[in-house]
Amino acid sequence: MFRYYLDLALRSLKRSPGLTALMILTIGFGVAASMTTWSVFRAVSGDPIPWKSAELFVPQIDMWGPDAHSNDTDSEKGPPDALDYNDAVALMRDHRASLQSALYMVTPSVVPSRPGTHPINVTGHAVFSEFFPMVDMPFLYGGGWSAADDEHRAEVAVISSDLNNKVFGGGNSVGKTVNVEGRDYRVVGVIGKWNPQLKFYDVVNTGGFYVDKEDLFLPFNTAIAAGMPNDGNTNCYKMPEEGGFVGLQHSSCIWIAYMVQLDSADAAQRYQDYLQGFSRQRYSWTPNVRLRGLMDWLDHEHVVPRDTKVSLLVALGLLIVCLVNTAGLLLAKFLRRSGEIGVRRALGAPKSAIYGQFLTEGGVIGLAGGVLGILLTGIGVASVGLVLPKDIADLARLDVTLLLTTLVVAVLASVLAALYPTFRASSVQPAWQLKSN
Amino acid sequence: MTLHPILAALRRHKAGVVLIALQIALTLAIVCNAIFIIGQRIQRIQRPTGMDESNLFLITQLWVGAPTGDDQASTDKLDSMLRTDLATLRNLPDVESATTMNTIPLINSSWTNGVNLKPNQKHSTAHAAFYFGDEQMMNTMKVQLAAGRAFTSADIQHRGMRAADKPPIIIVTQALADKLFPSGNAVGKSVYLADNTTPSTIVGVVKRLQVSSADNWTNDFTWYSVLEPVRLNSNFSRYLVRAKPGRMQSAMKEARKALFAANPMRVIDDSAEHNSIKSFADIRARAYRADRGMAILMGVICVILLGVTGAGIVGLTSFWVGQRHKQIGVRRALGARKVDILRYFQTENLLIAGVGAIAGIILAVGLNLWLMHRFEMDRMPVLYVLAGVAVVLALGQAAVFAPARRAANVPPVVATRTV
Repeated sequence: MFRYYLDLALRSLKRSPGLTALMILTIGFGVAASMTTWSVFRAVSGDPIPWKSAELFVPQIDMWGPDAHSNDTDSEKGPPDALDYNDAVALMRDHRASLQSALYMVTPSVVPSRPGTHPINVTGHAVFSEFFPMVDMPFLYGGGWSAADDEHRAEVAVISSDLNNKVFGGGNSVGKTVNVEGRDYRVVGVIGKWNPQLKFYDVVNTGGFYVDKEDLFLPFNTAIAAGMPNDGNTNCYKMPEEGGFVGLQHSSCIWIAYMVQLDSADAAQRYQDYLQGFSRQRYSWTPNVRLRGLMDWLDHEHVVPRDTKVSLLVALGLLIVCLVNTAGLLLAKFLRRSGEIGVRRALGAPKSAIYGQFLTEGGVIGLAGGVLGILLTGIGVASVGLVLPKDIADLARLDVTLLLTTLVVAVLASVLAALYPTFRASSVQPAWQLKSN
Repeated sequence: MTLHPILAALRRHKAGVVLIALQIALTLAIVCNAIFIIGQRIQRIQRPTGMDESNLFLITQLWVGAPTGDDQASTDKLDSMLRTDLATLRNLPDVESATTMNTIPLINSSWTNGVNLKPNQKHSTAHAAFYFGDEQMMNTMKVQLAAGRAFTSADIQHRGMRAADKPPIIIVTQALADKLFPSGNAVGKSVYLADNTTPSTIVGVVKRLQVSSADNWTNDFTWYSVLEPVRLNSNFSRYLVRAKPGRMQSAMKEARKALFAANPMRVIDDSAEHNSIKSFADIRARAYRADRGMAILMGVICVILLGVTGAGIVGLTSFWVGQRHKQIGVRRALGARKVDILRYFQTENLLIAGVGAIAGIILAVGLNLWLMHRFEMDRMPVLYVLAGVAVVLALGQAAVFAPARRAANVPPVVATRTV
């Protein structure tokens, strides 16, 4: 039966090629516009570490007290989104999570050992040893450093394969020394293929998206001891009393990101309780602490740009208009065939047969529109780079999921658009049609 | 011509009419909000920073192995390196002037702080962006002085980047001066920066200077800038350079060479992505890239939308013309002129589009309110809605013209034929 309907649909579409082309174009453009904006939205709102994002949490502590928030609206009275040095170090000392790391962004210079090269500027983070297992860092050579290295302020470094190529010309460089800001650090690990779309462990300083790759990781305590200052945001409620990087460490200014891994809901609850106690012990005010899961944290930090959401909404609006448009055209097309419908119904075709026939026709249009849509989506995603900032545009990719979704959305949309016209077609009274002709 | 026959005919195609009107309403709602977004972005992109932006470029560099501390010895060492670099740049033949600044407009590296009228004020009177630079800062940027005086070399101090910020004198923008002292005459008045208890005296007011970032978080204080006569010392530095007219390309090349010749232990990137020497035109383009992208995207969506709706009207009207072929012939046979038939379809379209537009106005305003609530968008001026109405009505008329003319060309003899 379906093949018969398909045959009928194709004949009917061929009979009015202009109208058919119009509907296919409408569906194609509508679907392509929404799929292109969705590909961008999907890229920026995706889970950067899907296999364990549920176990990663970001603790927040109010180190400034309620006075600092008296100006805020109620919804913003939460604790600041980073930690000061004292709290971060105290949390590390207590070591209550299964894995945890305080971290801050550094942008030191590295002097390549090869002669005739200028020094280069690199971006990296000062972290604790547990950072590497926490983010499941893949290593090409070697690995992270040990807790003892953290403790002893060992001068060790983990470098990216990019930096490894630039400084040592590639190869296994574990054991070699890299010159960072005039000091020698022993390379203990070279990172393999690792480039999460989002610097999820330090959203505050990187804004989430960051064109710069991470080239260097140094032990937190070592970087502090070497006086390697932080890059990125520093936020102060009260200005530091002493100057310099040391003054910053003694102040309540916030510049340190913190991430913990907690393996169960129970562990998360216990950590939350611990934070309460921690705050009560250190500060006179009622504890104002939060423990957000990673995805909740990314949402809280508004990692998805507002423009991306608005574009997606506007494009969905366009899709709806295309749907209404197709519905109108299909209605015209179907009702023009009232005579034919009348004859079929008079010859005994049930309403369901009419539904089958016309929804098939809608589906065929959707399929054709979907194929056109895939083509246009391809063009759309490829040209996103011309329009959007590079750090976001680079994330939008064409993949099988996107193409299949395009096709499915196109078919569903046109079947949906065909529903009302089909209902009208099925309500045609056979007797009237037969009489008037 | 009376509307009665048109209304009677439309009643026979209720569903089709409702669908077209709905489509026009949705199109209007989306198009005028999209055009509003485009207009706002264009306004943002085009706003001048207050500097003379031509022939201006920025160098960002990092000294390797330079002291990072804030003690006196380190600061003095860094300051002498800074002054050497400035002298090197100022001696270049293609350079008109050069200055060191902690940041400049639009590069998204910011130092912001509260400005208060009293010491230890709990809530700041205004929030502002801070620019630190030497006596060449204002004439390199070419910002215009509105009142008071510029900094002289005697005013200039130097200090470590993280040392306490207690400048005896400052210069503010007109916008900030108006906010702090609405009654005017800011020059000579004292303000307190953040939690300082020592006052800073305003010695000058500049007409306009944008803050150092164009991102949304600065929207509340876009024009509130403070200039301090301070060379900030740290292991990196920024130099704003004004090249002689038409000599910028060569000045940019020369600057890089000269700085490396003076001291090779530094980082000045020249890769495509991280060029440390950038013209201000590049900085501006980068700062507003997202806005430009959004405007283009909204433009593309508008074009597709209007195209789809226009084509939809053509399609449906053509169908109606075909359906009423015989009736048109009868009207023609009874004496209706071609122009009467043309007018009939045009009026019919105007009616449908008019109803759609009225619904569309409500939808457009609703959508705008919702966007304001959810995405902190601004209120859309009525002008955009009216412009949108004009656009959809014009689109309807343009789309209906071809099928209507085809209808007008139906010969009267059709009336005599059956089927």
